[in-house]
Amino acid sequence: MRPVWLASRLAWRQLTHQPTRLASAVAGVVFASLLVFMQLGFHDALFDSATSTARAIRGDIIVFSRQSETTSRTSGLPRARLMQALADPDVTNVTPVYLGQVIWKNPETAVRRSIMVLGADPDSGVFALDGVSVAAERLRQRDTLLFDIQSRPEYGPIGERVARGATTVEVANRTTEVVGLFRLGASFAADGNLLTSDVNFHRLVRDRTPDMLDVGAVFLKAGANIGQVQARLQQLLPDDVRVMTRDEFIASERAYWANSAAIGFIFLFGVGMGLIVGFVIVYQILFTDVANHLSEYATLKAMGYTDQYLLAVVFSEALMLAVLGFLPGLAFSWWLFGVSAEATFLPMLLRPDMAAFVFALIFAMCAASGAVAVRKLRDANPADMF
Amino acid sequence: MMPAIKIKGLGHWFGNGDLRRQILFDLDLAIAPGEIVILTGPSGSGKTTLLTLIGALRAVEQGSLRLFGRELHGASDDDRIALRRRIGFIFQQHNLLGFLSARQNVEMALELDPALQASERRDLATVMLAKVGLGERLDHLPSKLSGGQKQRVAVARALVGNPDLVLADEPTASLDKVTGHEVATLIERLARERGASILLVTHDPRILGIADRIVAMEDGRIVDAAENRQD
Ligand SMILES: Nc1ncnc2c1ncn2[C@@H]1O[C@H](COP(=O)(O)OP(=O)(O)O)[C@@H](O)[C@H]1O
Ligand SMILES: [Mg+2]
Repeated sequence: MRPVWLASRLAWRQLTHQPTRLASAVAGVVFASLLVFMQLGFHDALFDSATSTARAIRGDIIVFSRQSETTSRTSGLPRARLMQALADPDVTNVTPVYLGQVIWKNPETAVRRSIMVLGADPDSGVFALDGVSVAAERLRQRDTLLFDIQSRPEYGPIGERVARGATTVEVANRTTEVVGLFRLGASFAADGNLLTSDVNFHRLVRDRTPDMLDVGAVFLKAGANIGQVQARLQQLLPDDVRVMTRDEFIASERAYWANSAAIGFIFLFGVGMGLIVGFVIVYQILFTDVANHLSEYATLKAMGYTDQYLLAVVFSEALMLAVLGFLPGLAFSWWLFGVSAEATFLPMLLRPDMAAFVFALIFAMCAASGAVAVRKLRDANPADMF
Repeated sequence: MMPAIKIKGLGHWFGNGDLRRQILFDLDLAIAPGEIVILTGPSGSGKTTLLTLIGALRAVEQGSLRLFGRELHGASDDDRIALRRRIGFIFQQHNLLGFLSARQNVEMALELDPALQASERRDLATVMLAKVGLGERLDHLPSKLSGGQKQRVAVARALVGNPDLVLADEPTASLDKVTGHEVATLIERLARERGASILLVTHDPRILGIADRIVAMEDGRIVDAAENRQD
């Protein structure tokens, strides 16, 4: 333990000897941390928002058309398919969910813009959203809907208008009333969301009949084994539908965006670039520390210091740089996440597990720089010192 | 009494294949504990090579080299590293760590000894630096010291651990005459205080006087091992 402490103290003294060099090394690590954080933040935010529609739908089991790849582009599912599920003794209830795009007219600017609308029986409780249950009764009335206050601002300041009592909006060329607000958030497929009853949905989306639904939510008896019911429904229902648990449904939605849009790769690339930049900067600093002090390191070897001790010195420097750079990088990223969330309306969340993961990456990056830089130590040969 | 160094039939080669060349030929040499020996000879005669072999910095290829009774021919790396801790090295360049103060540099020689507490290391280094005349410059970085002062820090570092042997290769070569002589007498005085043997390579005729014995080398052979005529 003692040699490790002495080696790290030596590393610390070497690092802090030249504050400007230390500052530039730390800045490199801060920059790398920041890049990695931002890439991961946007990655997670986009995937979270991409799956927001799927996550908004409750249900123990989801029935989905086999031809549908994503909730944002569905091929309808005959209502009769979903009703078949009621034959299973553990199924208590099924709810058809309708998804569609309609044209919204910004009440302030009159600019028209497409918006996602979700429809289902207001009493079914199928939407797992804040604000929905209180409004269930009002959604029963003709041409009423709820507005997602996390929609992009292009739809107009609907939250403020509703608070003032100005609740009339034009949707799909119909005069409708915003009777409440909810939170869902913009996604890849939708810049904003509306929520309404199944009946109102079909008033807005004229080309669809109630016989063709988009997502079927299946509710089970308390204590039912979801896996077993899922297997039975797969048997029971024809092959043109997929029977998924809710988690599988969300995962398939996520996988659709990850694969078909190559988004995962783009972010991986960004993370890789951040780490490479950080690696090069830290390597530069460590390498020159070793290279400029070869004769001193060789002298230490002559005095009886072991190679392991000197390795410990260089690795301590690497790890100190990791910590010194990560902490400000974390603070700075925290701030930037907030700024980005405001600018993009994406759910930018810096969760502890993400911070731990980034620290592990930065730590590994610095250790790798150290591992490459210490190869130069081999050139410190005490026999060449005289 | 067992000699500090006992060399018999020592040979050494450098290079590989066609370039392989013998540098040291069949050397015999013994140095007693506390004895101060100066090694002289023309440049390229193999003095430095001999010093690095004795200092356990190079593997012995031929012959026998016993250091404090331990055979170095065939010794493992770990054995050689352990033996080096009993030697104080003084180089032509001071090789002080630029980011450490004079005292911290001297303490580096003590940090290898797990028996010493931090406060003991500090006290020993302080006392040693006072002995080399740098009691007022303990916290100076090497860049704030003159050439002679830096070499005196290096001397303090070599001797603070009470080595059994001091190996010095032209320690005064980068210093002016007066300073060089001061440093040489300092090495002698401190080594005698501690009963350490010294093997010191030099070209400088003014410092031959510190030696008990002068050994001359030429073309890889010891040509003249005489008692110091000036004694
Ligand atoms: N690492 C080495 N590789 C090859 N040849 C060397 C090496 N070190 C020294 N030599 C050669 O060995 C001979 C003796 O060198 P050295 O021991 O440095 O002599 P001195 O110290 O007496 O000047 C010289 O010819 C030198 O060129
Ligand atoms: Mg030489």
